[in-house]
Amino acid sequence: MPLRDRHAETSPTNAHFSSAVEMRPMTSDSSDTLLAVRGVTVRFGGLVALHDVELTIRPRTVVGVIGPNGAGKTTLFNVVCGFVRPDSGTLHWRGQRLRRHRPHQLAKLGISRTMQALGLFAGLTVLENVMTGANRHAGSGTVAALLGTAGSARDERDLRERALAVLEELDVADVRDALPGSLPYGVQKRVALARALVAEPDLLLLDEPASGLSSAEMDELVGRLRWLRESTTVVLVEHHMDLVMRVCDEIVVLNFGEVIATGTPERVRADPLVLDAYLGNAADGEERAGA
Amino acid sequence: MTSTNTSRPGVAEAPASGGLDRPRTRVVPPLLVHLLAALVALAAVVALTLLTDPFTNLRIATVGYYLVAVAGLALLTGFNGQVSLGHGAFMFIGAYTVALLVLHVPAFPLWADLLLAAVTSGVAGLLAGAAAARLHGPYLAGATLALAVGLPAVTQRFPELLEGSNGLSFTVNSTPDALVGVVPPTRWQAWVVWVAVLLALVVLANLARGRLGRTLRAVRDDEVAASLAGVHVGRTKVLAFLVSAVCGGLAGGLQAFLLGTAAPGSFTPALSLSLLAALVLGGLGSLWGALWGALALVYFQVWTEDFSDLLHLPTNVADNLPLALYGVVLVVVILLFPHGVQGGLHHLRLRLLASRSPRRGVTDRVTDADDPRSEGEA
Ligand SMILES: Nc1ncnc2c1ncn2[C@@H]1O[C@H](COP(=O)(O)OP(=O)(O)O)[C@@H](O)[C@H]1O
Ligand SMILES: [Mg+2]
Repeated sequence: MPLRDRHAETSPTNAHFSSAVEMRPMTSDSSDTLLAVRGVTVRFGGLVALHDVELTIRPRTVVGVIGPNGAGKTTLFNVVCGFVRPDSGTLHWRGQRLRRHRPHQLAKLGISRTMQALGLFAGLTVLENVMTGANRHAGSGTVAALLGTAGSARDERDLRERALAVLEELDVADVRDALPGSLPYGVQKRVALARALVAEPDLLLLDEPASGLSSAEMDELVGRLRWLRESTTVVLVEHHMDLVMRVCDEIVVLNFGEVIATGTPERVRADPLVLDAYLGNAADGEERAGA
Repeated sequence: MTSTNTSRPGVAEAPASGGLDRPRTRVVPPLLVHLLAALVALAAVVALTLLTDPFTNLRIATVGYYLVAVAGLALLTGFNGQVSLGHGAFMFIGAYTVALLVLHVPAFPLWADLLLAAVTSGVAGLLAGAAAARLHGPYLAGATLALAVGLPAVTQRFPELLEGSNGLSFTVNSTPDALVGVVPPTRWQAWVVWVAVLLALVVLANLARGRLGRTLRAVRDDEVAASLAGVHVGRTKVLAFLVSAVCGGLAGGLQAFLLGTAAPGSFTPALSLSLLAALVLGGLGSLWGALWGALALVYFQVWTEDFSDLLHLPTNVADNLPLALYGVVLVVVILLFPHGVQGGLHHLRLRLLASRSPRRGVTDRVTDADDPRSEGEA
């Protein structure tokens, strides 16, 4: 709820921005919240990977989670996806508490994710990779598939068409019959994005979408993210400040597992805590971005 | 939910979304295609049995049940990446199910015996699969090997019922009265075996060439990414085990029907290893590979026996020669074609296509040494 007023600089709730803890009036109003992460703490042995993390994602926004390597960004995604159970804290998806949810349930909920290491299926062609991501749209079941019914064939054709449309949208349809391993990294990243997009998610989680991209590819990515915002909600994890500043409506800054700042790019850029903790290293981040 | 379909920029105009309201062209059900192919294959097998002697008829039938066993293993190991060193255990279950049913429930028709063999083995596969879904790599291999070693020993535990290491012997008079004297028994048996095999292969082809086959391979390649794509990884792995166990059970049942015996000596760990070796030899990525593997299993035995007869080798050498030669050929084939016989054939076909029409996008496919989509049914 308080995040909704984030852009209204005159709003009295602005007082909440400076600290993550203050920002927890726990107004359980979820009418305008897609995903709410409340007080999530994750420990790996003695290491506190996330501490009391708050995140509120409103529909049709691009939210950037930034922070240096090891800050807990991927862990935060893993909590949302059900790979890691938080030691404390809650998740709400469209106002519904997510309890002990499992990764394979996400697609049905309308959440897709790309992985930092891509995780493309090496033995499947590009088209098959993307068709696998479209499974959510298949109506016929296992028995129909075993029997090879007309319904399963229609499903198969539908998945194929959906996959091809997304591949075309991302300009990678020409390599649809190639195996991912034979493609340049930038193309592989697009295939991974296509596999996540073809599910037509309501929330798209992108783990380091810009890492390893050339600056031209990065510009393309910026355009694509703006285009995506028109139809879906994006949360991206990055340590490239440059990209995040260009596309995000909101930024959450993590440092050593804690949210140290939340707000618009301008606000975060000016936050002394952020400058202290993160922007000190931003120079090399942007160097890499330009490489 | 529906709004996401129409509101996506760009994709909305593409044929993928919103297409559900559009009238669509008819699709051919895979079942129809595969049944037709199976009919053609059956005609070919029948023709072959008519042209050959009873001995060869028996071998043709043997190729049939090995084919279904190796094809089941292809789904489990080739498609789903679960290496099983114990597939013979499922053949054991199928064979003993048929034997016990023939002996104790003679009223059951043969098809019911075979069906029950497949079901019994499927239940065992379900249990094994549930346990195996938590195991990876060498642990899974070890556990399945233990199954292959341990299960035949059950015959010693229940000597009254299972007759210990002598096994069960029985006769099945499957030839219909009208055909007695017209069709030799082995020929009829070969037909029965191949009808069952081809029906099983129709189901396997439906599975392998559709969404399920893709899901199996996705889980093999990356379990985390597969689960993010909405795949229930554990359930998929159990399904692979179930299907391959059903095939193994059917194969064992067919073997018992063909030989009229079920004895523990036929289901040694060596059988399980030979099945896996046959799969690797034929090509892991496709059901066609299972055919080459099954042919190799049967004909290596035959050829090496002829060969050792020719050389008058002592029996202790002759007995081990098939296995040794099999190993040598396996190594040679894998060195020449890393993706097995089917991979080599596929490569060859792409080469030919590429040389005939250099500009049809075929060339970039040549790099995909073993296109896993080239599977089909025999
Ligand atoms: N499964 C895990 N087991 C133990 N430690 C982990 C695990 N996952 C992450 N960590 C640790 O948690 C911290 C945060 O990691 P991560 O979320 O990957 O950071 P980021 O994505 O921001 O670079 C790191 O110190 C990392 O080593
Ligand atoms: Mg990370």
